[in-house]
Amino acid sequence: MRLRVRHETSYHYDAPVMAMSQLLRLAPRSHDGQRVLSWQVRAVPGRPLPFFIDGFGNIVHCHAINHPHRAVTILVAGEVETAAMDGVVRGTAEPLPPPFFLRETKLTAAGPAIVDFARGIGGDASALTVLHALMRAVGERVAYRPGTTDAATAAAEALTRGAGVCQDHAHIFIAAARARGIPARYVGGYLWTGMAPEHDQASHAWAEAFVPDLGWVGFDPSNGVCPTEAYIRTSVGLDYLAAAPARGIRRGDAAETLAVTVAVTPGDQ
Amino acid sequence: MARPEGELPAAGQGTDLSGFDEMHHAGACRAPYAMIRDWLEDLPPDLLRRKHEEAELLFRRVGVTFAVYAEGGNPERTIPFDIIPRVLDADEWMFLERGLRQRVRALNAFLVDIYQGREILRAGRIPEALILMNAGFRPEMQDFMPVHGAYTHIAGIDIVRLGPREFCVLEDNCRVPSGASYMLENREATMRLFPGLLGRHRVASVSHYPEDLLDTLRSVAPPHCPGEPTVALLTPGAFNSAYYEHSFLADEMGVEIVEGADLFIEDNIVFMRTTEGPRRIDVLYRRVDDDFLDPLTFRPDSTLGVPGLFGAYRAGNVALANAVGAGIADDKSVYPYVPEMIRFYLGEAPLLANVPTFDCGRAEDLAYVLAHLDALVVKEARGSGGYGMLIGPQASRAERDVFAARLRACPGDYIAQPTLALSTCPTYVESGIAPRHVDLRPFVLVGKEIRIVPGGLTRVALREGSLVVNSSQGGGTKDTWVLDA
Repeated sequence: MRLRVRHETSYHYDAPVMAMSQLLRLAPRSHDGQRVLSWQVRAVPGRPLPFFIDGFGNIVHCHAINHPHRAVTILVAGEVETAAMDGVVRGTAEPLPPPFFLRETKLTAAGPAIVDFARGIGGDASALTVLHALMRAVGERVAYRPGTTDAATAAAEALTRGAGVCQDHAHIFIAAARARGIPARYVGGYLWTGMAPEHDQASHAWAEAFVPDLGWVGFDPSNGVCPTEAYIRTSVGLDYLAAAPARGIRRGDAAETLAVTVAVTPGDQ
Repeated sequence: MARPEGELPAAGQGTDLSGFDEMHHAGACRAPYAMIRDWLEDLPPDLLRRKHEEAELLFRRVGVTFAVYAEGGNPERTIPFDIIPRVLDADEWMFLERGLRQRVRALNAFLVDIYQGREILRAGRIPEALILMNAGFRPEMQDFMPVHGAYTHIAGIDIVRLGPREFCVLEDNCRVPSGASYMLENREATMRLFPGLLGRHRVASVSHYPEDLLDTLRSVAPPHCPGEPTVALLTPGAFNSAYYEHSFLADEMGVEIVEGADLFIEDNIVFMRTTEGPRRIDVLYRRVDDDFLDPLTFRPDSTLGVPGLFGAYRAGNVALANAVGAGIADDKSVYPYVPEMIRFYLGEAPLLANVPTFDCGRAEDLAYVLAHLDALVVKEARGSGGYGMLIGPQASRAERDVFAARLRACPGDYIAQPTLALSTCPTYVESGIAPRHVDLRPFVLVGKEIRIVPGGLTRVALREGSLVVNSSQGGGTKDTWVLDA
């Protein structure tokens, strides 16, 4: 299906900010089941941003403002043709080998709680069965409740709290899969929820795990499904920090007001 | 997989640790030291002591300091300079130089490979997990190709001597090795303290090091850099233990010394703030660790780096020396495989030997190490500066027990090696002149070509019998002479 994305992020400050710098991982690349028809990431006002390809193969846009300012807007807009792949990811660049994705990070450190949780799931079944069971278990065990956790919450903590958002679901899934010896990684992207555009939408996050014979397969514990044609992948990494849609820093003592609108709509056929 | 380098060493309990005496061997003075012997014999007895005191004053006045954190007291102290030079003859140096070139070529080839196709892992020459699970392997660098394939542009290779023709590499320093300024200051000190001494002997000059370093840095500028490349030295700041060296080298090269806050990124290009407005930087000789380079890619809490610098680097708009990610090549758990790298990438037999190494992450190695702690040296796989190490034969029972507990808790964090009897050189001490253990750190510069200033930095353990030469552990330094053929 054809999906159109319009994602606008506006920062407003109550005092001038001297300088700011950001990296944005908000641009999809084409692969099987995902063809990018058009895409732009730009500052408003401003030219399209320069970019580089990072070690994971993500397109990373670089944004810097070196003069005092009180507001800045980032606009992401584009169109992608997707196809149902039953969650199987093919035709991606894959610069890093699957065993690399067994590496633990601070956000995905296993710890006793995760190891215990992971051990009980799926028994001796095949990796694919274990992963499906794991996806369901994460969704059941950790309620979707925004505001309980933040970007720095580690998997083990979110599991203990029993509540979080898609980022936490993904981290727990990843930590548990790795604890079972299955390479897993974080994925950032967009999701068409079927809701009308005026509805609150947000960018989404899920996980991928490496299954022998199949390769990388997506799992979305927040929705209990493998990604469908409603999903657009924009970044991968060991965890949120590596795949973050936006990582920024600013100089100046100001309070920030953030306004985000995401609209994912089926495009013209 | 076979053990990387031959058989397990028979750790020598009760080994003679007195070491090869570089001056006196088999009851005679070795040829390279003949003039040192004559010189010492001719010196009035009182002069050495006066020169020793003069040297101390000189270094304090020039301000050659090295901050030491782990100890109490004044952190800004001078590294003791020993006034008696260490001497290598032309043949010895030629051999070392060939070995160093070979080793550093292989280390760079490894780094290029490990961040691209990883052929050496595919060939089964190095265990895959050892690299991929190692924090020194930086996924951020995957598929990045630095100019001339140079990852480690300034490599400090620590060499110990075990016999007349036996030199071993103790460790490689591929990230931000320091010490070149001491090499230069030491030579300067010899010339001041003993005018004419160098002139009477044919000693290879080291004074062109800053020039070679600048040429090397310019040679790795991005290909589309406009005009003559602009080089700057990025320092963590005046509180860094090696700040003296940073300002010294910047000064000698005639380039700006900058801190993170002096730089900014515009359009993915690095600029330096100057009184005449922004100036583009093409090459950064950075003395800031990877972790602190850029809060947007590495540690988010770092204030030492430049936000966005890594993006400019990956886009090919600035060169960093040394490259990010070079630490995987000098990780102590990777070290045992360097001879394999030389065979794999260069198809040559290694000229410089490795020290046999136990990887405590392997069960059988751990068992052996625990059973022979009184004979081995144990080091942290990712430590440096001589901190957190155990010298078994010189440690107390209690110290060994503490280490045994640490080893059992995190075996993969440690390696062990037989205790090496480092060679000794005559050194000025309170009681007169006595042999003290030394090592050697030559600096290998890699850009369009490889250059090595003859010699390097000799570090000397000033305490009698001590085998730890690190300046952070109370070691001193010596001027190092390479005699012209």
